[in-house]
Amino acid sequence: MPAAAQPEAPTAVGGAVPDRGPWSQAARRFLRNRTAVAFLGLFVLIVLFVLAAPLWADNVAHTGPNETHTLEKLTIDGEKRDVVNPEGQPIGPVGFGAGGKFFLGADSRLGRDEMVRLMYGGRTSLLVGFGSALITVSLAIVLALLAGYYRGWVDTVIARTLDVLWSLPVLLIGLALGVVLAVGGLKIGPLELSGGSLWIPILIISFVTVPYVARPLRGEVLALSEKEFVEAAVAQGAGPLRLMFGEILPNLGSTIIVFFTLTIANNMLFEAGLSFLGAGVQPPNSSWGTMISIGEGLLTTQPLLAIIPGVMIMLTVLALNIVGDGLRDALDPRSKVRLEAHAGVVEPRGASV
Amino acid sequence: MGRFIARRLVGMLVVLFAVSVLVFLIFNVVPNSPPAQRLAGKNATPVLVKSIEEEWGFDDSLPQQYLSMMEKVFTGELTSYEPRIPVDETIVEGIPATLSLSIGAGVIWLFFGLLLGYVSAIRAGGWLDKLLTGVSIAGISIPVFLLAPVLIYFLTYKIELFPNGGYVPITEDPWGWFTHLILPWFTVAVLSIGFYSRVLRSNMLDAMNEDYVRTARAKGLSERKVMTRHVLRNSLIPIVTLFGLDFGATVAGTAIITEKLYSLQGVGLYAAEAAEKFELPPIMGVTLYGAFFVVFVNALVDIAYAYLDPRVRLGTSAQ
Repeated sequence: MPAAAQPEAPTAVGGAVPDRGPWSQAARRFLRNRTAVAFLGLFVLIVLFVLAAPLWADNVAHTGPNETHTLEKLTIDGEKRDVVNPEGQPIGPVGFGAGGKFFLGADSRLGRDEMVRLMYGGRTSLLVGFGSALITVSLAIVLALLAGYYRGWVDTVIARTLDVLWSLPVLLIGLALGVVLAVGGLKIGPLELSGGSLWIPILIISFVTVPYVARPLRGEVLALSEKEFVEAAVAQGAGPLRLMFGEILPNLGSTIIVFFTLTIANNMLFEAGLSFLGAGVQPPNSSWGTMISIGEGLLTTQPLLAIIPGVMIMLTVLALNIVGDGLRDALDPRSKVRLEAHAGVVEPRGASV
Repeated sequence: MGRFIARRLVGMLVVLFAVSVLVFLIFNVVPNSPPAQRLAGKNATPVLVKSIEEEWGFDDSLPQQYLSMMEKVFTGELTSYEPRIPVDETIVEGIPATLSLSIGAGVIWLFFGLLLGYVSAIRAGGWLDKLLTGVSIAGISIPVFLLAPVLIYFLTYKIELFPNGGYVPITEDPWGWFTHLILPWFTVAVLSIGFYSRVLRSNMLDAMNEDYVRTARAKGLSERKVMTRHVLRNSLIPIVTLFGLDFGATVAGTAIITEKLYSLQGVGLYAAEAAEKFELPPIMGVTLYGAFFVVFVNALVDIAYAYLDPRVRLGTSAQ
């Protein structure tokens, strides 16, 4: 009889110390971090803002992001005004003066609605950031697991290749790829992409940012594969796939979540930089980077055209970075020190290659 | 030390080869369209495309194509086609502006980054530290393509404090050179100032707990001497590596965006303008030279690092 009662003993003790798993403990720690929660709220607002793009476009602005209104006139307080004046200057922000049309004015001599473009452009920027981060992190996980688990020549090849890629000027490589693929399009096996496809910037950014995630992950896999639980699994006869994906991968969970958040932020900045240079998202599609590029030409007369998308990028990136740091503190409280590596996934870089 | 340098230089040559192959693949293999058409540009005549095809030998085997591309780039035969301008010459013309921008920005970010980091560390936990932490995080978070339009609009157009864009050679007008570069320098430097001050602060806080600092205090050194001679000195070693890598990355990265924002006629602006026109030969040249420059700087940094920290050249470093 006592033997049957024994297994229940731990739960009885658990009554005094609330029985919580590590994830719910982490969630509680995160919620206690007011700054991180506030910036998570800001990020949610930004996502809602860009998701509302079609609603605003159809019901308030009555135009699409790429529709031009060069020769049209607006009636504001009974006064008729050109969307684009004869000198080619677009109209500035009019608020609700024209019933919500051209809320932030027009974008250029093409007379497109800046507010609608800002919302759709945000969708593009977030989509590129999110999509490329997903690919970056997935590739990095596979490479890190292979290198850290098999070691030997597999590790040498992967680690050296990552070192070389990592030491190269990413923006320049991205620019070269962006221009070449925008001109030529891409064909990998059955997959064929035209030059204007959104997949091209997504794939380019995923490719060049892999080393930033794969290098630290590889280090962690190396450390984890020395642990007793891996040895125990080997003793049970586990094969390489089960060891890599069943034993080691789940223990990378918290690191991956943090890296994923920070990589979205980093990749969004990268997209903005590439698009600003004309090698990212291709016209007529808008992204916050292309909008800055267009607005920069009209800086003297309409400074907000360049500044507003820039502020949107900054807020989004800042929010993601702070949420990422908050997640790191919550998931691994011992890692307080690492808070210093704040600039995206820029980690202090040791001597390498 | 000699053996370390030799080993490092051999490593560098291998990386240079890998980089040149990567650039070759980017331009000649990855894209999905006739290569001569791509090089010629959007409005090229069939005659031009035909002549480019023969000039570059696009029917040859890939290794042969690789060799002829490298030959073109390194013998100065690479030209843009509309209009026909040698790529090498334009890059050389752009180097003074690009180096002025990068070196000046580097000096500024190192000076302010270390100053803020040092003050932050010796006042750790105090209000000054908190203020500087806030300033650093704000600096890290502002992207250059937001900072530059704001600075240009308010300081150049509104109050006309600084001249509007362009590069003035230092040999012609040193003062004009300086005033034209102040805003670009700070635009590039702000992010790194924030980042470096954070890194130095945390390095110094770590170093303060070391035994040699306690020893220095115990033998009666003044607090200032402990901080500068022992804590700061040891915290600067990792900054050397960081600075070398970031300097290379700036020349071939942030500088491109900044040169475009301020219309500085450097190598970066050349690449940016070529990108807008979808002109490939200039981008090919800039990418290859830029990547080579970065790899070269990285090798120098490693050698400097090994000189400063003997553990590295003896191969006993934790890294």
